[in-house]
Amino acid sequence: MSTTAVKQEGPAAVVSAPTIGSHARDYWRRVRGGDIGALPAVGGLLVLCTIFSIMRPSFLTAGNFANLFTQGAAVTLIAMGLVFVLLLGEIDLSAGFASGVCAAVLANVVTVFGHPWYVAVLAAVLTGMVIGTALGFLVAKVGIPSFVVTLAGFLAFQGVVLLLMEEGRNISVRDPVLVAIANRNLPPALGWALVALAVAGFAVVQLLRYRKRAARGLVNDPLAMVLTRIGVLALVLGVAVYVLNLERSRNVLISSLKGVPIVVPVIAVLLVLWTFVLQRTSYGRHIYAVGGNKEAALRAGINVDRIRISVFVICSTMAATGGIVAASRANSVDPNTGGSNVLLYAVGAAVIGGTSLFGGKGRVLDAVLGGAVVAVIDNGMGLMGYSSGVKYVVTGVVLLLAASVDALSRRRAAATGNR
Amino acid sequence: MSATPLLELRGIDKSFGPVQVLRDVALSAYPGEVTALVGDNGAGKSTLVKCISGIYPTDAGEFVFDGRPVSINSPRDAAELGIEVVYQDLALCDNLDIVQNMFLGREKRNGIMLDEPTMEQMAAETLAGLSVRTVKSLRQHVSSLSGGQRQTVAIAKAVLWNSKLVILDEPTAALGVAQTAQVLELVRRLADNGLAVVLISHNMNDVFAVSDRIAALYLGQMVAQVRTTDITHAQVVELITAGRSGGLGLAAETGANGNGAASADRTTTEGAS
Ligand SMILES: Nc1ncnc2c1ncn2[C@@H]1O[C@H](COP(=O)(O)OP(=O)(O)OP(=O)(O)O)[C@@H](O)[C@H]1O
Ligand SMILES: [Mg+2]
Repeated sequence: MSTTAVKQEGPAAVVSAPTIGSHARDYWRRVRGGDIGALPAVGGLLVLCTIFSIMRPSFLTAGNFANLFTQGAAVTLIAMGLVFVLLLGEIDLSAGFASGVCAAVLANVVTVFGHPWYVAVLAAVLTGMVIGTALGFLVAKVGIPSFVVTLAGFLAFQGVVLLLMEEGRNISVRDPVLVAIANRNLPPALGWALVALAVAGFAVVQLLRYRKRAARGLVNDPLAMVLTRIGVLALVLGVAVYVLNLERSRNVLISSLKGVPIVVPVIAVLLVLWTFVLQRTSYGRHIYAVGGNKEAALRAGINVDRIRISVFVICSTMAATGGIVAASRANSVDPNTGGSNVLLYAVGAAVIGGTSLFGGKGRVLDAVLGGAVVAVIDNGMGLMGYSSGVKYVVTGVVLLLAASVDALSRRRAAATGNR
Repeated sequence: MSATPLLELRGIDKSFGPVQVLRDVALSAYPGEVTALVGDNGAGKSTLVKCISGIYPTDAGEFVFDGRPVSINSPRDAAELGIEVVYQDLALCDNLDIVQNMFLGREKRNGIMLDEPTMEQMAAETLAGLSVRTVKSLRQHVSSLSGGQRQTVAIAKAVLWNSKLVILDEPTAALGVAQTAQVLELVRRLADNGLAVVLISHNMNDVFAVSDRIAALYLGQMVAQVRTTDITHAQVVELITAGRSGGLGLAAETGANGNGAASADRTTTEGAS
């Protein structure tokens, strides 16, 4: 840099405008410098889908495509909340059973006490918030490592689910609205309308930002790049909705089955909401700051304890939504809801998607991409007839693989001065 | 050069448990001047800075800022007065970019949304105002910056806020020759722009290159505050290492500054060998 330091001439020529070429070069430099982001998740997704499609043609059907969404939804929602906790370099091992507790509350309120669905949903979400507040308080104010607090939660919540289930009986969930979340589809026309809305909204946001920055003479991405981004989103959403709108009923005469599963817009709305919070609000900025350098955040006057408590609240609340979706999908809640592999899958989803276990790096979108990878593995291996034993082992290995990529890219970043 | 100090500290005491780190410390910083704060490792320089910036509460003592007695109980209080500190460890968030770091904790907002264009514009103007033209993009993560560039960002962050007093804790400690010169130039420019600057440094060349006044801390006590032109290199070294030098420092008898300088020269050479 000393060479650049010498030639100081010209007025505020602080930065130069990027071109598509320079973007590509910058991206490649970042990747080589260890900042690989979502590359493994997207690459893994493509590879896995190709392999499964070749081995089991039934993998590549509209019906199975729709299944992937409903199968992966609960884990993805829990993973979205986990991203917030991971961004601080903390962990929440209780998220799985927290979702179970919230699902049990939901089932009790709607089935045992006979309240309407929205009361049950509210109760479940509130339960999540209370759990998160308690965890966050113990971590931030009492100072117990999150690993220990949430490990205790893992055990205790497992017990709470059993207690709420009256020693192991399961409670069915028959409320039509709740059942619809993970089992029904949008009318095809509505699916298209939502795609149009999403693409238009994205385009407006992107173009407005472009214009605003151009008007102020700030460095801007090339317009072609902005348009490409919009185009890619339109293409991806368009293809997905087209496929989901295909008829997937085996016998159309008996019943028609087509349209976007209702969980998809639910996940999409939460994805947009949390992405907005993380990327566009000062609260989100402060989460990254605390995760990156707690001392710097403290000195900047950020209330670090409040941030730490709040991410646990978000995580447990998202776990509640995951529990609601799981209850909906199974039409019931049993003592194992949120148990077994749910937590491992959720942590795996976040990490596979590119969220760092060391804090400071991650996006909510990571949880969705990683959740897709996990769902594809689970689904594809199921189609190939592997036992759940094999599935657990493979998913565990994939999680380790993702964590290694995370650790190695971090080391690489340190070596190349990117951290 | 102004006659009234912008910041004046009197009788500052600070202990960590049984250890008294600062003892009856006085310090003045004048607008338009660079005051060098020198002292050996562990003398209490960083601790004094943290007291000024509201990170540590003081046990005793008074702060006078702009002629008014003030109390500083948090970093926010200090920031509101216009006191900005560039810490020894910089305290930048590696995972955030230059603009995000400069506005950390004080983001510009539009409703609930961050106002990125405004922040980016202000950051660009501040850097340009400091004649900094070495960063490629304001949107690069600070992890990818060189030591000098990181220092520059930390300094720019401090002057972004119409600050009146900027305190720099060893800004050149980790830098090479070219980058040190660049940062010192920046420090001088801050003072020339009318800010009061306190510079902590172990490097006597740096101190004599940019400072107008020198304040020497010795084992938590302020042993001398003098004009840079009134003191020699060797005297400062003696103040740092022994707490006294001729007529200056602890238990100093009145008088003979010229002699003091000469003898100080000798003492230091002996001390160094
Ligand atoms: N948080 C703390 N708790 C206890 N003792 C402390 C604390 N911070 C500093 N000290 C002690 O206070 C003394 C002064 O430390 P300080 O960091 O202010 O020195 P310094 O003059 O900045 O030294 P250096 O030139 O090495 O940076 C040291 O003896 C140190 O051990
Ligand atoms: Mg120090």
